[in-house]
This record gives sequence, structure tokens and C-alpha cells, in this order.
Amino acid sequence: MLDVLTLVTGVAALLLAAWCGWAAYRDQPTKDWHFIGMAVVSALALIQLVVGIVQLARGEDPEQGTTIFVAYLLGAFACVPAAGFMSLAERTRWGSVTVAAGGVVLAVLEVRLYDIWGG
Amino acid sequence: MVATEEKQTGRRLITGPGILLVWLYGVMVVGAVSRSAYQIATELDRAPLAYSLSAVAGVVYGFITYTLVRGGERARRAALVCCAAELVGVLTVGTWTLVDPSAFPDATVWSDYGMGYLFIPVLLPLSALYWLRRARTA
Repeated sequence: MLDVLTLVTGVAALLLAAWCGWAAYRDQPTKDWHFIGMAVVSALALIQLVVGIVQLARGEDPEQGTTIFVAYLLGAFACVPAAGFMSLAERTRWGSVTVAAGGVVLAVLEVRLYDIWGG
Repeated sequence: MVATEEKQTGRRLITGPGILLVWLYGVMVVGAVSRSAYQIATELDRAPLAYSLSAVAGVVYGFITYTLVRGGERARRAALVCCAAELVGVLTVGTWTLVDPSAFPDATVWSDYGMGYLFIPVLLPLSALYWLRRARTA
């Protein structure tokens, strides 16, 4: 369950990065559709956070420790919304680049989460 | 309200590419500070040098992020100095980890020039120095 979510969230994050990267390439700021995309990715990260905590509550142990696992879950959840708010403040192509970077960072976090959980 | 007045007169550093720099520095702050805090709290004995260096890196990143957000000429100069120090730090620690791996039983943020962080630690100060120098003439 968690591994599937990690994979889906990671792929969605990369798609978001590519999409916003494309917007930046065309010299456009982030638009409503991009924010809907960010909301979808953030929702996935939130579901992952909840599922992860439920797994912990059921007594399953992440391979590399609970603290690191929870820290990465929180970081993954905060990542895209933070980049989204910054793109609201910067209504140029650079706002789009920031969200694209946020997507890449989230994808990296997902790879790390996969290792930490020991899937 | 002194702070807001200063902000209006001072030069903003987080427009355009600056926003990307703030984002990446912010990510590095969270990464370096949380990582070193956890490692120092739980296993300092294993690699005290490496974990302390990560903590220093986190503090430097935090200060640069703050100066970028604050803006203005003085903040720009302070950020310039810190980015230069950061670059020196990355290069020193990066070389150190390659020359004398035995001093580092565990990795730091700046090990191997920041390879574990997609080389962002070495690319970031370079682009920040470029951006901050340009912000003066712009």
C-alpha cells in the first residue's frame, strides 16, 4: 500500500515538474490549472502521510527509524504547497521554475522514503 | 514599522530568479538542520566532525535565506560574503572528504561536493553569487 503510494506520488511530482517546467520554457507564470495539479500532488502526499502514520500505529517499523520516516513524510507533504505559495508571490516564469524544482525535490524525497521504509 | 519602511526603500532580492534561490536555500536549510539535529541528538559519537559540519552548513544556509528574504543593500552584501564562505566551505569539505575519508565515518551535507544532494550545495553558491552581483547593477 505505502510503496504504491510512494511510487504514484513520485511519478505525479515528476509530471508536475515537467508541466511547470514547460510553462517556464514558454515564459508563463503558474496558472489555475497548475494550481489544481499542485493540489492533486499535495493531496497524494497528505494521503501518504496519513497512511504512513496508520502503518506506524499498527506496529510496523520503518527500516531506518520512525523519527526519520515521519520527518520525511512531513517534508514531502509541505514541499509542493510551499513552492506553490512562492509562485503566487512571483508571477513570472521564475514562479513556474520554482514549482518545477519543488516537484523534483518531492520526487527525491519519495525515493528516500522508499529506502527509509525498506520496501 | 521600521522594518516595512526599510523594505520599501531597500532593493528586493527575491524577484525573478531570486525566488528560485530562496526556495532551494529553504530546502537546504530544512535538509541540513533537521538532518544534523537528528544525528547530533542520536549518534554524535559515531561521526562528530561530520555532524557538526552539517550543522554549520545549516546555519549558513539559514542566514543566507534570511538575508535574501530581507533584501536591501546591506543584506545583499552580507549574503554575498556568506555565499562566498559557503562556496569555500563546500570546496574545502568536499576535498577533505575525498582526501581523508577516514575522518568522516558518515557523510556530511557537503561530502563529495554535495553529491548526495544532486550537487546542489556546490551549484547553489555559484548561482547565488552571480545573482547577487547582478542585483547590484540592475
